[in-house]
Amino acid sequence: MSSANLANINLFVNGNMHSIKASPDASLLSVLRHDLGLGGARIGCGLGNCGACTVLVDGRAMQACNTPLWSVGASAVVTLEAHETHAQLQAVRDAFLEEQAAQCGYCINGIMASVAALIMQSPMPTRADIIAVLDERHLCRCGAHPRILRAVDRLLAAQPVSAS
Amino acid sequence: MTITKAPMKLPANLASNPNLSRWAKISADGSIIVRTGKVELGQGAVTALAAIAAAELGVPFHHVRMESGDTTRTPDEAYTAGSFSIEHGGAALRHASALVRSLFAEAAARELGVEPGDITVSDGVFHRPGHNEGRSYADLADKVDLNVDASSLPAPDYLAPPDGDAEITRLDLPQKFSGAAFIQDMNPAGLAHGRVLRPPHPHAKLVFLDRDLIQEMPGVLALVVDGSFVGIAAEREEQAIKAVEVAAKSAQWFIGKQLPPFSVSNDWMADVTPAESSLLLDEAPLEGGEAGQISSVYSRPYIAHGSIGPSSALAHWTDGRLKVWSHSQGVFPLRVDLAKVLGMPVDAIDVIHAHGAGCYGHNAADDVALDAALIARAIDRPVMCQWSRADELSWSPFGAAMRSKLDARVGGDGRIASWTYDVWSPPHVVRPGGATGVNLLAAYHLAEPFEPTPVRSPPQPTGSGDRNAVPIYDLPGRRITHHRLPQGPVRSSALRSLGAHLNVFGIESGMDELAETIGADPLDFRLAHLSDPRARAVLEEAARLANWQSRGAGGEGIGFGLGLARYKSVGGYCAVVAEVEVTEKVRLRAIYAATDCGRVVHTDGVRDQIEGGIVQAASWTLKEAVQWTDEGLTTQGWDTYPILGFAEIPPIHISILNQPDAPPLGAGECAAGPTAAAIGNAIAHALGIRVRNMPLTPERIETAINAS
Ligand code: FES
Ligand code: FES
Repeated sequence: MSSANLANINLFVNGNMHSIKASPDASLLSVLRHDLGLGGARIGCGLGNCGACTVLVDGRAMQACNTPLWSVGASAVVTLEAHETHAQLQAVRDAFLEEQAAQCGYCINGIMASVAALIMQSPMPTRADIIAVLDERHLCRCGAHPRILRAVDRLLAAQPVSAS
Repeated sequence: MTITKAPMKLPANLASNPNLSRWAKISADGSIIVRTGKVELGQGAVTALAAIAAAELGVPFHHVRMESGDTTRTPDEAYTAGSFSIEHGGAALRHASALVRSLFAEAAARELGVEPGDITVSDGVFHRPGHNEGRSYADLADKVDLNVDASSLPAPDYLAPPDGDAEITRLDLPQKFSGAAFIQDMNPAGLAHGRVLRPPHPHAKLVFLDRDLIQEMPGVLALVVDGSFVGIAAEREEQAIKAVEVAAKSAQWFIGKQLPPFSVSNDWMADVTPAESSLLLDEAPLEGGEAGQISSVYSRPYIAHGSIGPSSALAHWTDGRLKVWSHSQGVFPLRVDLAKVLGMPVDAIDVIHAHGAGCYGHNAADDVALDAALIARAIDRPVMCQWSRADELSWSPFGAAMRSKLDARVGGDGRIASWTYDVWSPPHVVRPGGATGVNLLAAYHLAEPFEPTPVRSPPQPTGSGDRNAVPIYDLPGRRITHHRLPQGPVRSSALRSLGAHLNVFGIESGMDELAETIGADPLDFRLAHLSDPRARAVLEEAARLANWQSRGAGGEGIGFGLGLARYKSVGGYCAVVAEVEVTEKVRLRAIYAATDCGRVVHTDGVRDQIEGGIVQAASWTLKEAVQWTDEGLTTQGWDTYPILGFAEIPPIHISILNQPDAPPLGAGECAAGPTAAAIGNAIAHALGIRVRNMPLTPERIETAINAS
């Protein structure tokens, strides 16, 4: 076993600075899940094709499996675990729970992250804009789409969520 | 409070697990643990089971904590499959819960000095009517021994079951919406990461591997090579992935046998000798029937389960015992096959269910459990083994490819006079847990390989490849044959609805084709051959939702199509109307569905299953096919195995016809066949041209147009 390619890296996640030993080429997803013990960002395809791993990086939805650690730098990473402190993520989560918007729920982490990123935009995107983003970046195999879209409708009908 | 006397005969799953302590644990601290052998696969089953148990125990829904699928403590209810969780699992759990409540009511009666018949329960407290004094489950926990055989107890009374609309929310979602929740997220101390290098082709055998090269890779803890099985354990996940990449480059394989050429209509099936051809019905055709005649061949390809999460298992050996966490549909049967391969007694293995992504049948959950056990045996640490996306879409068992042929005639009176239907299919149920043989992938690749378990085909009326091969209609002159083929070019096992997807597609396409030969409306034509009142009710309800009367002549690019079936011939009824627009692609404009799944335990749960069933079946029907070339399977990722996306989801209108007095029937699978049929018929209506080989892709539609 060798640790030749490991480096000391600082990562700002969910409001805390973490110091870890990892390869700069390691994916953000693997570091979140295995080094920081944050399982909320799921491993789906590992290839940027399904969106299960999506997290917020400086407020933008990023596929963590496709994001090498070196590219994150000092950006603020927010994962599902921060749902209680991140206003938009919390609003999205409330709407998803209210609509029971999942079957297995495996895809939902990533979808909630993408929707949270979208409702942070101003002006708020339309339903069609949101569907276009979900279509491009997320897969759901269970066919929970109708209820996920009902949760999106619920969010759109609510007052705009103020920035945290 | 008593509404019905329970049957004397114990429900089957309780009779085979009669000790009540396998079903419930009630403690003096107030906790009420309910145990089921059925597991949560994302279908909401454990939530519905909790509602059933809570209603029968007389406690609020949220007081119940569920434990499921654990060989160390829950009942063995074999698999969570076949839409049986509520029908069978629920029946057993209801009875067990009623017995538990009766034992507590007796203890309360002793405490309060009254007859048990004078005791009622509400909100978890046993009372004498008109008196405030009561005893809770917690108060009585030490006075009741649940280590008792259910068959030794008198039949209990049943309380009112959940009414479907009670405030029930999914038990598993809050955690899944908060953080680590799935098996893939388990992160025990000392975890090592396991990966397997699979052969590049279904018939490839390993001839060379540079073991030193792999063993010297950073982080590699163990390399397990046994025949063509190559497993790697590494310190970090990315190191395991890297090691497999390097191993793949160094490995040399011998491809022993070619795959048959891929064909859109599964023509290769005609060259296969069936393991068995069984004649399900052989009736004499009626005279006449000269007005219209059809002879059509339908097919579907192999279809991937395509879970969004990779199949994973956590295995840990300690002191010669093995503990496995798995998202298997059947932890007990999995344990049986693990024991055979690992050469150890069954009771030296514990298998515990953990949440996985939706599986929709028998995916690689069981296979990866053996992979993890084989790799973990080489090191003294827990190993999380995970499949790659490519292996998931090329090595998991698939839903079987199928082909069917319908020859039918209709008379001038509008009545069908003869109906000859043949269906060819490789096996649909190739699960672990059989008496002999092993159904786990790695077992076939070992230097001393195991034989697969001989395939047993579930008999009619439920069937497998012949599931729903017998039409729901009142037809004379039926001759229906099921040609059971051996395993085909790739491994197949249970995928949601088994053969019903193609059989209902074929039957319902045929009904439209026959109606067309005599210029009848497809709805009227069906109703004229349909006496089952519940089937008529869902059909008429779906037609009403869709405003069927406005359907028009079609042929202008917009079409309406119908599909109807009673799942497994004895399960839930479902009728679907699809409204499509066909341009250079097929757009679903709307789906209308009506279902009757007997008594509804949880209305939103039924809606969820019907919605999901429709979307998934639409995806199979329009887009999906596992494909191969001489080099092996070409479907290795979501880019080569596309599924329906958010922009393609139509508005879905569902009507649930509750039958409060009928037994509950499963809802998970009944929409699949009718959805496929409705879409096929809608495309035919839109274009005046029919495509009979699924998936109904733009290319195939164009080919059909050009050939017409
Ligand atoms: S896991 Fe990252 S996109 Fe699929
Ligand atoms: S809810 Fe299961 S994949 Fe989306």
